[in-house]
Amino acid sequence: MAAMGLLAPNGRATGEVRFAGANLLTARESELNAIRGNTLAMVFQDPMTSLTPHMKVGRQLTEVLQRHRGLGKAAARDQAIAMLRRVQIPEPERRFVMYPHELSGGLRQRVMIAMALLCGPRLIIADEPTTALDVTVQAQILDLIRLARDETGTSIILITHDLGVVAGLADRVAVMYAGRIVETGEVRRIFKTPQHPYTQGLLACTPRLDDAATAALRTIPGQPPNLQRLPPGCAYHPRCPYVMDRCRTNRPALLPAAVGGMKACFLDDLHLKAAS
Amino acid sequence: MSPPLLQVRDLRVHFPVRTGGVLFADYTPLKAVDGVSFDLAAGETLGIVGESGCGKSTLGRAVLQLLPPTSGAVAWLGTDVDLADKAALKARRRDMQVVFQDPLASLDPRMTAGAIIAEPLRNYHPELSSPDIKARVARMMEQVGLLPAMLNRYPHEFSGGQCQRIGIARAMILKPKLVVCDEPVSALDVSIRAQVINLLMDLQRELQLSMLFISHDLAVVRHISHRVMVLYLGKMMELADRDSLYRAPRHPYTRALMTAVPIPDPDQERAKPRAVTFGDLPSPLSPPSGCVFRTRCPKATAICAAAAPPLEAVAAGQLVACHHWRT
Amino acid sequence: MMAVNLSSPHGAALEAAGEVAGRSLWQDAWRRLRANRAAVVSLIILAIIAVASIVGPYLLPWTYDEIDWDHIEALPPDFALGHYFGTDSLGRDLLARTLFGGRISLTVGILATFVALFIGVAVGAIAGFVGGKVDQVLMRFVDLMYSVPLTFFVIILMVLFGRNFILMFLAIGAVEWLTMARIVRGQTLALRGKEFIEAARASGGSTTAIILRHIVPNVLGVVMVYVTLTIPQVILLESFLSFLGLGVQEPMTSWGMLINDGAAELEINPRTLIIPAVFMTVTLFCFNFLGDGLRDALDPKDR
Repeated sequence: MAAMGLLAPNGRATGEVRFAGANLLTARESELNAIRGNTLAMVFQDPMTSLTPHMKVGRQLTEVLQRHRGLGKAAARDQAIAMLRRVQIPEPERRFVMYPHELSGGLRQRVMIAMALLCGPRLIIADEPTTALDVTVQAQILDLIRLARDETGTSIILITHDLGVVAGLADRVAVMYAGRIVETGEVRRIFKTPQHPYTQGLLACTPRLDDAATAALRTIPGQPPNLQRLPPGCAYHPRCPYVMDRCRTNRPALLPAAVGGMKACFLDDLHLKAAS
Repeated sequence: MSPPLLQVRDLRVHFPVRTGGVLFADYTPLKAVDGVSFDLAAGETLGIVGESGCGKSTLGRAVLQLLPPTSGAVAWLGTDVDLADKAALKARRRDMQVVFQDPLASLDPRMTAGAIIAEPLRNYHPELSSPDIKARVARMMEQVGLLPAMLNRYPHEFSGGQCQRIGIARAMILKPKLVVCDEPVSALDVSIRAQVINLLMDLQRELQLSMLFISHDLAVVRHISHRVMVLYLGKMMELADRDSLYRAPRHPYTRALMTAVPIPDPDQERAKPRAVTFGDLPSPLSPPSGCVFRTRCPKATAICAAAAPPLEAVAAGQLVACHHWRT
Repeated sequence: MMAVNLSSPHGAALEAAGEVAGRSLWQDAWRRLRANRAAVVSLIILAIIAVASIVGPYLLPWTYDEIDWDHIEALPPDFALGHYFGTDSLGRDLLARTLFGGRISLTVGILATFVALFIGVAVGAIAGFVGGKVDQVLMRFVDLMYSVPLTFFVIILMVLFGRNFILMFLAIGAVEWLTMARIVRGQTLALRGKEFIEAARASGGSTTAIILRHIVPNVLGVVMVYVTLTIPQVILLESFLSFLGLGVQEPMTSWGMLINDGAAELEINPRTLIIPAVFMTVTLFCFNFLGDGLRDALDPKDR
C-alpha cells in the first residue's frame, strides 16, 4: 500500500521505495497515476469490493487501456476481450457486459488479474489474492498467476498468510512480524532451514495435509502484539522460546544469515538448527 | 448397544428463494442440505468439509435446531427431537452448544466477558447465586486459558483468539454433550489457530464431548476429526474414517480438494499435479442434474447426468456417492 | 478503565493482582458518562433548571397568574418590586411564568418521550425480532396511526376523555412512538442476523430474554439520540397544541406559549421573547449533549 501511494490519509510512509529508478514515496500524485495500473499493478484480496460495483466489467477494463495506452474504444475492447480470454474466462464477450456482482468470486478475481495484466506491468502487487476463494478455485487462480508470470516475465510481490501458497509460488520470501521483516531468503531455504524463531513457529504450528496427525499441534504461545504498544527490544520476545536477556531490551538488526538470506535474531544459526 | 448420541436421517433443509415474479413472487427452493444422514457417537468428532455454499453451516444449525429442517429426522440418544415442544427443545439445547466462526460477531458487544460466559448458566440454572455463577465462570475462564481477572472486559478489548476462547467457554460451561464448531479457527491468525485447535481437542477429551467440526480447511479437519464427511452443494459426497479418507480418497471431489490444498513445502508443492477441477461452483439454485459434481468432474460421463449416484459402502466405514469410484 | 495493553502479559498480571467484582452495563455506562465533561455540565444545568421550575414558583413574591395592577405596561426588571425579569404586557411576573412554563414543558416533554420510548422500543423490538405475522400486524398498525392527523387524533381523544393535562402527553407520546418503533425495528432487524443472537438462542435463551438482554441494550445507543431529539420536538408540539387551544390554557402557560406570546411583541418588548427562548434553547442544547454522552456511554467500544 505504501509503495502504491494508497495509504490512508493518516498513514505516513518514510524511507525510500524505488521502482524502476524512481522513488515512489516522494513522487507527485500525477506521476504516481502514470505508474499505477500501468507498469505497477495491484490485485486485492476481495475482488467484489475492489471492482466498482456500478460499472460493467468491460468499461473498467477498457478505461485502463484508454488512459494509459491511449487506445481507441474499439481497439481497447478487442484487447480487453483478448485479455479476458487469456485469463481463461469462458465466454469473454458475454462477461464483458456484465456487472461485477453477476460474476462468481473466482471469475471476479480473474477479471482483477486481467486488469492488472492489461498494460503489461513490470510488477504486480498481489495482496492475499486467493484468501477469499475456495480451495479448488484458489488452485486455479494460483495456476493462472504462475502462468501469467512465466509468460510475461513480470515480477510479483505476493502478500499472504498461507504458507502453502508461498511454497507454491514464491522464489524469495520475507517474513514479517509486527511491521518488520524478521527473515528473508530463498524459498527452499526458508522452508527447510528457517532461521528466525517466528518462522520456525509458524511452520511448526501449521497443520499439514501431508503429515500424520499428531496428538497436539505445536503452538506459538501468547497473542499477536498490539501495534500501538509494541514490546521493547525484539517484538517477538514475549512469545519466543529462545528468549535471552538482551532480546528484551535491544532490537536485533536484519543481518545476513550463515545459510543464506537475512535474519533479525540474536541467536546464532547453529543453535537454531539444533533447536529445531 | 446404546444408541448413538446423535442420529441424522435424510435431513433436508430447503430455503425458498425469490427468483422472479412481479406481483406474485416465484420461489425456487434452495437445497442447502439435501438428504444427509450420519450417526455421531459419544466422544467422537465428525469433521464436515466443503467449500462455501455446500451447506455445511446450515447442516450444523439444523442439528442444533436453530433452523427447522424441511424434512428428515434428527434423533438425540435414540429419540426424535420435537421442534414444537418448547420445554423439550430448551432441555435439549442444554446438551448441545455451538462455537461460531467470527469470534467478535458472536459476542454481544455490550456485555462483559463474564456476563457472556455466564449467560447459559443463567438460562438453565436461575437458582444459582451470583457468587456461584462468578466462581464457575472464573473456573471456566481458567480452563480455556483466560485470566479470570478479565471478567469485566468487553469483547472488543480482546484479541481474536481470546474472543474465540470466550465463545468456547460459553459453549462449554454447561458441560454439553455435543458442540457444533462452525469454522471456529478460520478467522484467526495462523499462530493462534493451533492454540485454539489444541484447546478444543483438550476440552473434548476432558469433557468427553462429541463434536461436529465444520471447516473448509482439510488440514485442520484431519487434525481434529475421527471421521470426516465431504459435502458438495448440500449432498454427501463421501463419509469415511479420517485415515481412510486422507490415505485413499475415493470421490473425485475429495481428491480434487486434497490436491488443491497448498502444501507448505516448496518441493512437494511444486511437484504435485496441477488443479484437476474446472470452473466455479454451479449456482445452488439450479444444481446440475444427476450427480451435482459432474460439471466440474474430470471423470464425468453420460450416466452422471442421468442419475444421482447412491451412497455406496466401498470399504469398512467408507461411503462414497460416485458412479466411478472404482476407477 | 485502566489503559493497559491487552496483549501484553504484564498488563494482565497487573489486573490479576486484585479481585475483580462483576460490573453491569449500567454501572459502566454511568462511569463513562461521568467522564464526559459536556454531558456532566449539561446534566447539572438541566438539574438546576428542573429544580428551579419545581420549587422556584413557590419562592417568588409573585405567582404566575397574579397580575400586578400597578404595572400592566410590561415593566422592565425591577428588583424592588420583586419582578426580577420584569412583567409581561398583562403585568404578570415573567420569571414566575417562565419557571412555571418550564414545569409544564419539561413534564410534557419528558413524560411524553418516555411513553413513546417504552411503547416504541417494545413494539419495534418485538416486531423486528419475532418477525412474520406479528411484524406485519404491528407495522401496519403503525402505518395506520401515521396516517391519522395529529390534531384530529387529539380532538377525538378530547371528546372521549374530556380536557385533561395528562391526556396531552398521552396524545403526544402516542404519536411520537411511531417513529421510535420504526427506528428500533430497523435496528433489530440488523441485529437479528448477528451471530451473537444466534449464540444466545443456542445457549437456551427464550425470546423475551434475548430481546431484553441483547436487543434492547444494543439499540439503546440509537434510541438515546432519538430521545434527545424527541424531547425538544415534544416541547414544540405542545406549544402548537396549546396555540390551537388543545393544550394548556391561560393563565397556565408553557415555554412554547411564552415564546409564542413574546414573538407577537418582538418589536416593542423583545424581553418577553428572549427570556423564555433562552431557557428553552439552553434546555434543548443540554438534552442534545446529554444524549450524545449517553450514546457514547452505552457503547463499550467508545471510550
